[in-house]
Amino acid sequence: MSMNPFCEIAVEEAIRLKEKGAIKEVVAVSLGVQQCQDTLRTALAMGADRAVLVKVEPAQEEALEPLIVAKLLKGIAVKETADLVFLGKQAIDDDCNQTGQMLAALLDWPQATFASKVVLDAAAKSALVTREVDDGLETVSIKLPAVITTDLRLNEPRYATLPNIMKAKKKPIAVLSPSDLGLDLADPASRRVQVVQVKEPPQRVGGRILQSVDELLDKLKNEAKVL
Amino acid sequence: MSAALPLHQTPSATASIHALASAKVGFRALVSRGPESLTPGATARAAYATVAVSRDPQFATLEDADVEYFKGVLGERGVITDPDAVGAANVDWMGKYKGNSKLLLRPTTTRHVADVLKYCNERRLAVVPQGGNTGLVGGSVPVFDEIILSLAGMNKIISFDEVSGILDCEAGCILESLDTFLADRGFAMPLDLGAKGSCQIGGNVSTNAGGIRLLRYGSLHGSVLGLEVVLVDGTVVDMTRALRKDNTGYDLKQLFIGAEGTLGVVTRVVLLAPPRSPSVHVALLGCSSFDAVQRVFCESRRHLGEVLSAAEFFDSNSLRMVLKHNEGTRDPLPDGAYPFYVLIETSGSQAEHDRAKLDAFLESVMEEGVVDDGTVAHDSTQAAAIWHLREGVAEALQRAGAVYKYDLSVPVKDLYALVEEMRTRLEGSAAEVVGYGHLGDGNLHLNISAPTYDDKLLERIEPFVYEWVAGRQGSVSAEHGLGLMKANAIHYSKAPHAVAVMKRVKTLFDPHGILNPYKLLPSP
Repeated sequence: MSMNPFCEIAVEEAIRLKEKGAIKEVVAVSLGVQQCQDTLRTALAMGADRAVLVKVEPAQEEALEPLIVAKLLKGIAVKETADLVFLGKQAIDDDCNQTGQMLAALLDWPQATFASKVVLDAAAKSALVTREVDDGLETVSIKLPAVITTDLRLNEPRYATLPNIMKAKKKPIAVLSPSDLGLDLADPASRRVQVVQVKEPPQRVGGRILQSVDELLDKLKNEAKVL
Repeated sequence: MSAALPLHQTPSATASIHALASAKVGFRALVSRGPESLTPGATARAAYATVAVSRDPQFATLEDADVEYFKGVLGERGVITDPDAVGAANVDWMGKYKGNSKLLLRPTTTRHVADVLKYCNERRLAVVPQGGNTGLVGGSVPVFDEIILSLAGMNKIISFDEVSGILDCEAGCILESLDTFLADRGFAMPLDLGAKGSCQIGGNVSTNAGGIRLLRYGSLHGSVLGLEVVLVDGTVVDMTRALRKDNTGYDLKQLFIGAEGTLGVVTRVVLLAPPRSPSVHVALLGCSSFDAVQRVFCESRRHLGEVLSAAEFFDSNSLRMVLKHNEGTRDPLPDGAYPFYVLIETSGSQAEHDRAKLDAFLESVMEEGVVDDGTVAHDSTQAAAIWHLREGVAEALQRAGAVYKYDLSVPVKDLYALVEEMRTRLEGSAAEVVGYGHLGDGNLHLNISAPTYDDKLLERIEPFVYEWVAGRQGSVSAEHGLGLMKANAIHYSKAPHAVAVMKRVKTLFDPHGILNPYKLLPSP
């Protein structure tokens, strides 16, 4: 099981800020089955101080849709009195790009998404975040506590080195259940999303070399049906 | 320039060296066949080659009638005379060896190969069988105007049995394609090397390619179960029964494995593929001495046992080359500079079990102090990046300029001593000496990187390198083969009477010497 690449960037950014002295403690959080502990160990090996696993039974894994994840994370952010929550901009399995934004709304905190640069002013309790947007780069100033989601160019995550890998084994991983955070995943009313179908795109057929413009017109009309 | 030793006497390494030393001038000089060979056009000498040969006058020259015959056998598309296309096939991957062939043939069936070889044998036309052309000793390209016989058009997978893991395929199949095919079915190729994207299985077999998995899966002499080989008289020798055990008669196929296309052309390969391990871990460790590197290897064998699948090393010069010349690379251990890096890979069926063994190994080597720092890849992207640091050295050296490559087998304890001695020897020159290789197999890849090829530099390197290795009973070509580059170096690692027997075998299979001439065996 490997860490979502954008989340890895989020962990790296948090650790760099801690190394700079801008933040005091990094807590890595994962939500899912028991095996998620592996990814939490990786985060600890990279330099996170503690980890929390919101453990879910395999049968309920499907219930971890963005809004539910956001609600669970809200519970943790409040519990831990966090000043900053870093998330990857999206998970590469569902590509939703929703959790960070929903979390900010639930907490009523400012958000800066698709971050490619983060400058934290701990004393002023604010951050200057450069975001990658369609038009280019946008810089926003936000007050803490806040939610930041990370984009590809924010940093290059480090390799965890052996002494840290060893130390990570002793760092604590607290295990919570969704009910500890006031949520019942089994309750159908909590669900908003239903997966109707998952299918592969149609097999790509090889290209063909045609002999004349007439042949092209014929194919466009009768085969591709675009004329 | 044969060593003049009585046949009944077993020569020691020193005796061989002395015999060779007396002919040392001959080693670098023209092996002439008479004054006519000294005419300018007849002598080939690549920019840095250590073997100068002259074109064997007994070979015929290509005529129009020959080209017409080949077109009749292979069709228009199988006969390539276009200078650009043939030109590309005339040069090896390093750009070091350049032949002057006018004809590239592309058979698509074994019958084609048989008809072509039979004709060439009768006409006395020399032939170079060519696979992926990724060899590093100039064995896959013509020296003069030999016809290039490319196996690239014979790339079908014939069958695969998912119970036994036995793969049957044509010689032109690319190694990586075969591995991808097997991956989909839960199996893997028993060999893996940097050239996997281009090298062909026929060429791998003909050179007895080693690579990074030999430690785990053994050599091709073990994993090849069958071969189909075409001889110069057009005989198709079918030794393709897909059986794990078959002790009926002489195991002829072994002769062709590693024969570098000088005894016959391999057209089909039957191979035993191991199950693909679902759990793979890669660790990169930094060490401060080669003694430490050896200790790490011993510990890895002890702790990891049957799940150890690769043990490679490279020195800090190698890493610097890769970081400098290969895009998208970075140092996984940027907080320290280590003289040596060891790559350990495990492949097993159960992630937790393997991880537990790996952790025990890492704790042990950290505690003992033989490892200064290291990292374990936490996903396949990091694993591939770490592998690239080791597999990308050859590529980096290519980009850096001229490179003198040596591939040597020596006792593991002596593995790095040669690199250090070479550095001392070349001090003051513009050359940089780089050492890396298959730690687990005692195989050093010694490379000397220089801005340009320079004979004066070469004189400082050879024959010192060969003599050093011969003095330690090592091999002057662990896995790369002899090709053209070391066609006269066999005496450093094989006794003269053994070479004499090899020559008899060659004459038996190829009486007119048309298959890959000037390669592997010393010219008479």
